Amino acid sequence: MSNNFAIKTIDLTKKFGNFTACDNLTFEVHKGEIFGFLGANGAGKTTAMKMLSGLLSPTSGTAKIADYDIYKESEKIKKNIGYMSQKFSLYDDLTIQENINFFAGIYGLSNKLIKEKSEVVINELDLKKQQNKLVGSLPLGWKQKLAFSIAIFHNPAIVFLDEPTGGVDPVTRRQFWDLIYQSAERGLTVFLTTHYMDESEYCNRIAIMANGKLAAIGTPKELKESNSSSSMNDVFIQIARGKNYV
Amino acid sequence: MKAIIAENLSKKYQEVQAIENVSIDVNFGEIFGLIGPDGAGKTTIIRILTTLILADSGNANVNTFDVVKDYQKIRKSVGYMPGKFSLYEDLTVEENVKLFASIFNSKFEENYNLIKTIYSQIEPFKNRLAGQLSGGMKQKLALSCALIHKPKILFLDEPTTGVDAVSRKEFWEMLIDLKNQGLAILVSTPYMDEASLCDRVGLIQHGKIMQIDTPTKIVQDFKHSIFGIESNKVYTILELLRTYQNTYSCYAFGDKIHYIDKRNKFDIMDIQNFLKGNKVENFIILDNVKPTIEDCFMDLMRHQ
Amino acid sequence: MFNGFLGFFKKEFIQIFRDKKSLLILLGIPTIQILLFGFAITNEIRDVRIAILDYSKDNTTKEIISKIVSTNYFKLYKMLRNEKDIERAFQTGEIKEAIVFSQNFGQNLEKFGKANVQFINDGTDPNTATTIIGYTNSIIGQYQNEITRTRQIPLIITPEVKMRYNPELKGVFLSVPGLISIILMLISAMMTSISITKEKESGSMEVLLVSPIKPAVVIIAKVIPYAIISVTIATIVLTLGRFVFEVPIKGNLILLFAEITVYVIMSLSLGILISTVAKTQQVALFISLIGLMMPTVLLSGFIFPIENMPIWLQPFTYLIPARWFIVIIKNIMLKGSDFSTILNETLVLFLMILVTISISIKKYKIRL
Repeated sequence: MSNNFAIKTIDLTKKFGNFTACDNLTFEVHKGEIFGFLGANGAGKTTAMKMLSGLLSPTSGTAKIADYDIYKESEKIKKNIGYMSQKFSLYDDLTIQENINFFAGIYGLSNKLIKEKSEVVINELDLKKQQNKLVGSLPLGWKQKLAFSIAIFHNPAIVFLDEPTGGVDPVTRRQFWDLIYQSAERGLTVFLTTHYMDESEYCNRIAIMANGKLAAIGTPKELKESNSSSSMNDVFIQIARGKNYV
Repeated sequence: MKAIIAENLSKKYQEVQAIENVSIDVNFGEIFGLIGPDGAGKTTIIRILTTLILADSGNANVNTFDVVKDYQKIRKSVGYMPGKFSLYEDLTVEENVKLFASIFNSKFEENYNLIKTIYSQIEPFKNRLAGQLSGGMKQKLALSCALIHKPKILFLDEPTTGVDAVSRKEFWEMLIDLKNQGLAILVSTPYMDEASLCDRVGLIQHGKIMQIDTPTKIVQDFKHSIFGIESNKVYTILELLRTYQNTYSCYAFGDKIHYIDKRNKFDIMDIQNFLKGNKVENFIILDNVKPTIEDCFMDLMRHQ
Repeated sequence: MFNGFLGFFKKEFIQIFRDKKSLLILLGIPTIQILLFGFAITNEIRDVRIAILDYSKDNTTKEIISKIVSTNYFKLYKMLRNEKDIERAFQTGEIKEAIVFSQNFGQNLEKFGKANVQFINDGTDPNTATTIIGYTNSIIGQYQNEITRTRQIPLIITPEVKMRYNPELKGVFLSVPGLISIILMLISAMMTSISITKEKESGSMEVLLVSPIKPAVVIIAKVIPYAIISVTIATIVLTLGRFVFEVPIKGNLILLFAEITVYVIMSLSLGILISTVAKTQQVALFISLIGLMMPTVLLSGFIFPIENMPIWLQPFTYLIPARWFIVIIKNIMLKGSDFSTILNETLVLFLMILVTISISIKKYKIRL
């Protein structure tokens, strides 16, 4: 298996009884790539994410995540990935510093390292003055940026983002994407799921799931051209509708 | 006669100014979109107009009734879908619709025609619990419940948040259909791309309405010309352009960068040379990129 | 409007009965509680080890001792020789009670018609201790009756502790009224406050407010199903008490259920009051448990007798509805009292209902 892939799956399948949630998924994500993973509700997105992050064991097929085997090395996978969701990411009733200490502590980072690194992160985010403020008092945009920084604090190879920028204003959203782009250029692989088709256009490549299968994969431009649509929204609607969507 | 008139509404929660001098009006047969991020004040406006909260100052009429004095009359004539899915998840689809019919003192059977087009899509699942529906179907059910008493005005607070693109599209098709039947619809959304589906929109940020107009007019009014830059080194280029003396603004927009220059007239070669001078090679500059509502929103934020 | 009420009423019932797990818990917990209370307390007195110190050693004391030991309640651990032995017997943890007969016990009884006996108990477990005392007492009481019958002058043995009602100190007798008042408070107040705040939390309250249905209608429609469930549970507990533990219901059954209904209405209105304050189910649960349950358990007189409370604390018990209800229900069940004897307590409950409902109406918001 080539070392250029952060994620490589072959015929990855997950069945729940008679129901096939993920049907023979074969794809790869390059290192340092921003990869968008789209699908309607119930298309199998969440199941795929759970398998890739080592939370769920596949029924059949193989996959390597950050060069670790999905069956045998799920604990190592967990150590080498980061996760951020819009629903839950930080504790509102802890300060910024306490949140960092807590999450970094989970990944077993030494106190010295946490101290050094949190200084860098806090300076980069320009949160020096707010360091000891409760996270709950921060504006949503800052919270999201902080959550992202904490998700990649332990230097994971891959970070999974679940609808990271819902509901923020367009400028803050760009600032968030700046962070993502910056990290990607430093070599981090970003795996993003979203409902928000606008957001998907920021990705380098996109995969669309429909009815448990991989329905399309490519750069936003390629997908738009091959479906002769002007936006990812239209592409998505065409693909998802084509698969007898209810 | 206007369906909704709001004049200089202001509301403060403790220290936070939720909305400030908000004035909007909505006609019958019109979809008015309140567009802005979370915390901009959209929900506060809708709650004042649906008589759920009182404004600190300003006044508002809904269906010619005053929101403070005649709140009971308003409650009889409007339909409302709050932000959260607000139906009973432990009741079936049919039980929910029938319950709401009885709450509004009307009969489900009598008003079935009103909601037929929407309800027929979820009718095959009428014995399923509402909590087990997909996001899109939940929205349809909520809309059916909000329409069962034949309201003249519909308030929808972020109806498409968390719903996938296909369901969103279907939902908007229904709204346009309802509008054509003469309903006045006030809808809020954080999704800028939904602006084009509204007849008129109010762009709102930090509790203030920045601009109200038709989506086409807002885009036409955008006075800058946008250049698109495509590259696989988005972040490097953004960083560089931020240090460039002539940059008015530069932001990532999907797979390209939207760049606006300070100068009215200039040579594209300037930018090209600047980037090349900083060792960036692989990029394409596109002329005359069409602005989106998001570009307009961001520019308005600069002036706020 | 009636249409709306009916629709809402129906919805509440569907919701309650659809949630089978919660309903099972709702009906199951009182059943389990009453069984636990009943069996745990009645089975406690069996083969309790005792020691006896007999300074008199006459025929009378011998007879009494053989009576005590011949029951299967007690088991004689040791005959003691002096006071010091008592302490030792307790220290080794071998006995639960020591019975001390004063000197010349039989003589005194014969001559003066009076004699003293002392019970020394292990106070670390006060509940068991009082139960044991009760049993010892009743055995001695029996003996006293027997010997009195054969003589003209009544003979009195004076133990240090006396129990008036419930001579065998049967726990269930007391726990049925207590349990009913606590369970009804729990279900009525907690369930209604949670179910109302649930509507707030899920956002459906917003939709209801922006509709022609009146808040009062919503609340009445919400409360009635819980009232019915509460009365059903009271019936279950009473039935179990009556047939499994033979707790008597001496008074009028209609009066009993009428009083139960009054108390349920009281609890429901407390639940409504809580829901006007609490914004989330969690807060409602918290207020119901800490603000209602704890005081009800501690101050109603169910577990701790009010007479034994510090004087300054006693007035606070007046504020606890269960305090009045326990008196009512005990009187009806155990003494068979009629309405006139419990009139005052009933009036207090009505007054409480009036106050709670008025505050609720005042606090109830027609807006968010």
